[in-house]
Amino acid sequence: MISLHYFAGLKEQTGVSEEQVDLAGRTVDELWQWAMDKYPDFQTGAARVAVNEEYALPTDVLEAGDVVAFIPPVSGG
Amino acid sequence: MKAFEIVTEAINPQAYADLVLRPEAGAVTMFTGHVREWTKGVRTLYLAYEAYVPMAEKKLAQIGEEIEQRWEGTKVAIAHRVGELQISDIAVVIAVSSPHRKTAYEANEYAIERIKEIVPIWKKEIWEDGEEWIGDQKKKPEGELK
Repeated sequence: MISLHYFAGLKEQTGVSEEQVDLAGRTVDELWQWAMDKYPDFQTGAARVAVNEEYALPTDVLEAGDVVAFIPPVSGG
Repeated sequence: MKAFEIVTEAINPQAYADLVLRPEAGAVTMFTGHVREWTKGVRTLYLAYEAYVPMAEKKLAQIGEEIEQRWEGTKVAIAHRVGELQISDIAVVIAVSSPHRKTAYEANEYAIERIKEIVPIWKKEIWEDGEEWIGDQKKKPEGELK
């Protein structure tokens, strides 16, 4: 299983902050497709995906036990 | 306290300046970012900050490493607060020490620019008539051009 985290506006769009999903073996790009299919309101915008707390590429492959997060455009400072 | 951290309580900036001060440092620059009441004519009541804490602290530390590699002899400490912040509260503090002042100024500005690029922290503005996650450009204050 993969632990999937949502933050800020994306969390409000999905209504969940965290869920366990069975997406090992899929790419980050396929994860996006999965999320948009599951959550019709999901606004991908300029969001990025982090795998195990590092920004990931669309071609990166998810592995069981990964901690994955959707990172909307940041606005700290 | 840590040199790179996300905190939930009020920030004491001097504590971070003390962390970077060393005998070989002739300069310490300290930047504090504060909650601003007015943005483009819209009045903010308060801000709510959220962070992906473990990754945010890792990315703050990465910025510190980038600075210490780029400007020799510098030392950096950064803290960002999350939760509900009122007008004028400190949201972020960046302290940089270096042998000479020019480097300390440059490195400090580099740090805030990088925070705005790579650190997973989000700000929600709460107004009298609504709210918005900044960074999500979909929704705009009423009256502002889309």
